[in-house]
Amino acid sequence: MIAELGHLALVLAFVLALVQASLPMIGASRRDPFLMSTGSTAAIGQFVFISLAFAALIHGYVVSDFSIENVFLNSHSTKPLLYKISGAWGNHEGSLVLWVLILALFGAAVAVFGRNLPAPFKARTLAVQGIIGLGFLAFMLLTSNPFIRLDPAPLDGRGLNPILQDPGLAMHPPMLYLGYVGFSTTFSFAMAALIEGRVDATWARWARPWTLAAWISLTFGIALGSWWAYYELGWGGWWFWDPVENASFMPWLAGTALLHSAIVVEKRETLKSWTILLAILTFSLSLLGTFLVRSGVLTSVHAFATDPERGVFILALLVVAIGGSLALYSWRAPSMQGGGLFAPISRESALLLNNLLLATATATVLLGTLYPLFLDALAGPKISVGPPFFNATFVPLMVPLLVAVPIGSMLAWKRGDLRGVVARLSAAGLAAVLVAVLCSLYIDWTGTAAALGFALAAWLVAGSLNDLAFRIGLFRIGFARSLERLAGLPGSAWGVIVAHAGLGILVAGITASSAGQSERILTMKAGDETDIAGYTVRFEGVTNADGPNYEARRGTFVASLDGEVVARLHSEKRFFPVEGRPTTEAGIDTTLWRDLYFVLGDEAGPGLFTVRLYHNPLVIWIWGGTVIMGLGGFCSLVDRRFRIGVPRMAQSHAVAAGARA
Amino acid sequence: MRFRKKQRLMLVMVAILLLGGATALVLTALDDTIAFFVSPSKLQAMEIDEGKRLRIGGLVVDGSVEQQTDGSVRFALSDVNHEVGVTYAGVLPDLFREGQGIVAQGYMRRDGVFVADEVLAKHDENYMPRELADELKEQGYWKHAGDGDEPVAKTGEVVK
Repeated sequence: MIAELGHLALVLAFVLALVQASLPMIGASRRDPFLMSTGSTAAIGQFVFISLAFAALIHGYVVSDFSIENVFLNSHSTKPLLYKISGAWGNHEGSLVLWVLILALFGAAVAVFGRNLPAPFKARTLAVQGIIGLGFLAFMLLTSNPFIRLDPAPLDGRGLNPILQDPGLAMHPPMLYLGYVGFSTTFSFAMAALIEGRVDATWARWARPWTLAAWISLTFGIALGSWWAYYELGWGGWWFWDPVENASFMPWLAGTALLHSAIVVEKRETLKSWTILLAILTFSLSLLGTFLVRSGVLTSVHAFATDPERGVFILALLVVAIGGSLALYSWRAPSMQGGGLFAPISRESALLLNNLLLATATATVLLGTLYPLFLDALAGPKISVGPPFFNATFVPLMVPLLVAVPIGSMLAWKRGDLRGVVARLSAAGLAAVLVAVLCSLYIDWTGTAAALGFALAAWLVAGSLNDLAFRIGLFRIGFARSLERLAGLPGSAWGVIVAHAGLGILVAGITASSAGQSERILTMKAGDETDIAGYTVRFEGVTNADGPNYEARRGTFVASLDGEVVARLHSEKRFFPVEGRPTTEAGIDTTLWRDLYFVLGDEAGPGLFTVRLYHNPLVIWIWGGTVIMGLGGFCSLVDRRFRIGVPRMAQSHAVAAGARA
Repeated sequence: MRFRKKQRLMLVMVAILLLGGATALVLTALDDTIAFFVSPSKLQAMEIDEGKRLRIGGLVVDGSVEQQTDGSVRFALSDVNHEVGVTYAGVLPDLFREGQGIVAQGYMRRDGVFVADEVLAKHDENYMPRELADELKEQGYWKHAGDGDEPVAKTGEVVK
């Protein structure tokens, strides 16, 4: 009964999406206040009904109602409660419900928090949001209904892929979707602006918090996914340039570019049409990601849908959304007026350079991801484009960007003084050189590339601190006044400083874990000792350690440094009888400076086990840096200017636009 | 207005420079780093070019998996017609087992043994790497009309 109510709720949400997609749009062109206000009502209603459907699905999972096919295929009565719930979005149909739920959430949020938006603009934004929802709800109802019943109901379910039974992964999809789908709001804002033919500083200020919120969520979502891959897959790595990872990384890169170019629109009213294009591209890449991951084009743990009909439907959605928005763009964008001029050395130019490099990097990732698929579709040779390709193209594009970050964020608008900025950054430059020299001298695995990586990291972190010191006038004005300025620093300034420092920490983590990883593969039996990166590792043998829904063999390792025990690590090989699949749990000991990462392999002989030992320096810095970047986003998000005195569209602007049109 | 044009020209030039640089990077990288997929049969017919990165897909031959004492493992991959010996230093993925379709990435050694640095057996126990499924279809050993995710015949059943 509840499942049928869930299905009914989805149908009602579809009807409301239809209303939301049409009436406000008509209302906005006729200036009819009632029709325009239907947008908000429909958006909130749509969110309520999709929430009901989502709750109905979760209910089915929690009570293990195996008469629902989706629950039967992806759950089991012995599964822990957390994974019963997270299993609801660990499959194609359920993840789509989550997708539209978040889409509707953003629509409802615009309806509720967008009170300061002019009514026609808000109506158009909600209508575009409604159109997207319409497409995905139709997709779900026509090809991927999560509430299909089985009769007779099976006694128990098939279970969930065991590597997905993990707390990190329970959180990863909702976080990632908040980011992916969050960019739909910026997209809708861009579409509404194109329809009205007007983009200005006020538009950028409206769109900014939504872009920031999506960007923060996507940052955390990607970080969670990579962290999960690191500790769960047992391969000792944290990023594999897998097409599925790239699918989430491309919108992130484009979204990062968008965040930066929107600043230029807000402060200087220039780069407008480029920013609109980026807003379209960012969400298009999110859709492309959804298509790649959900259509079965790629084979991976994420590829749930293998029904060709579904792939074609998503592809059609993709073509309509991207094609339609780009067509609207090419029709309306040329009429947008260019903004203020700027010199080649200026904040505008620096942000433009950021955009060009990020866009180019996105393009190379896109090429590397799609090229094998194209070749395959054209019946060409089957190839795989792996990490070497991405390292060879992505890294050289990122290095100049990272070098430019501290300089760009200190340049003045319109016309900057490069020499002055470089002089102000001399402390950061000194720190970078010092770090490079010290690392080369004292860390034995530091080659030229690693030394440069550490120098870059130091340059970014010290550059941020340098920026902060300059902004508060440290050592130039009295200390007390510096503190006063520190307290008065706006959120957006903190955002820049914190996010860029986080980026530096991330770069340090990436450099150390790629250049300094030690790996040993050998066979050991109980009592054997070996060493890795200065640690002595004793294998204590294997015991049985069965869990709630699995059987496991647990290997214990004792790591010691200079005769002193520093860690006991347990690595497990688990077998899940319901699903008939094994998983590996790596034994990980994390400190600020290094991870010990031990994996128990197969039995090579009686009592003799293959083991894989890793020493990964600074690996926690990767996620630490990413989290700090996300916190930087938060600092910007809580900036007062987005809450207090958000300007109404200036009268003169409205008149000018009217005159132009 | 002249200034605006100059600004646009500079912008276009920087963009072209960047895109040109990126294209050059991509082309050199594609040349050096991509791995071609071959089947064991095609491998037999090929000349061995040591150092050339390849991906081979095949079914793990029953009874061929041997754990070596140095921590490496040896096994044979077959596409029904031909077999190729593979050596891999590392812990095999959880879903690796005899009779299962897998993909190995690495290079051919002069003695005809494939040295893998990566072994992929993802998804689930019914998973067949897409390249391998297509290869088997091409050779007419594919029994299932569905797609790559459906259960497929194990090695023993394929050879009738």
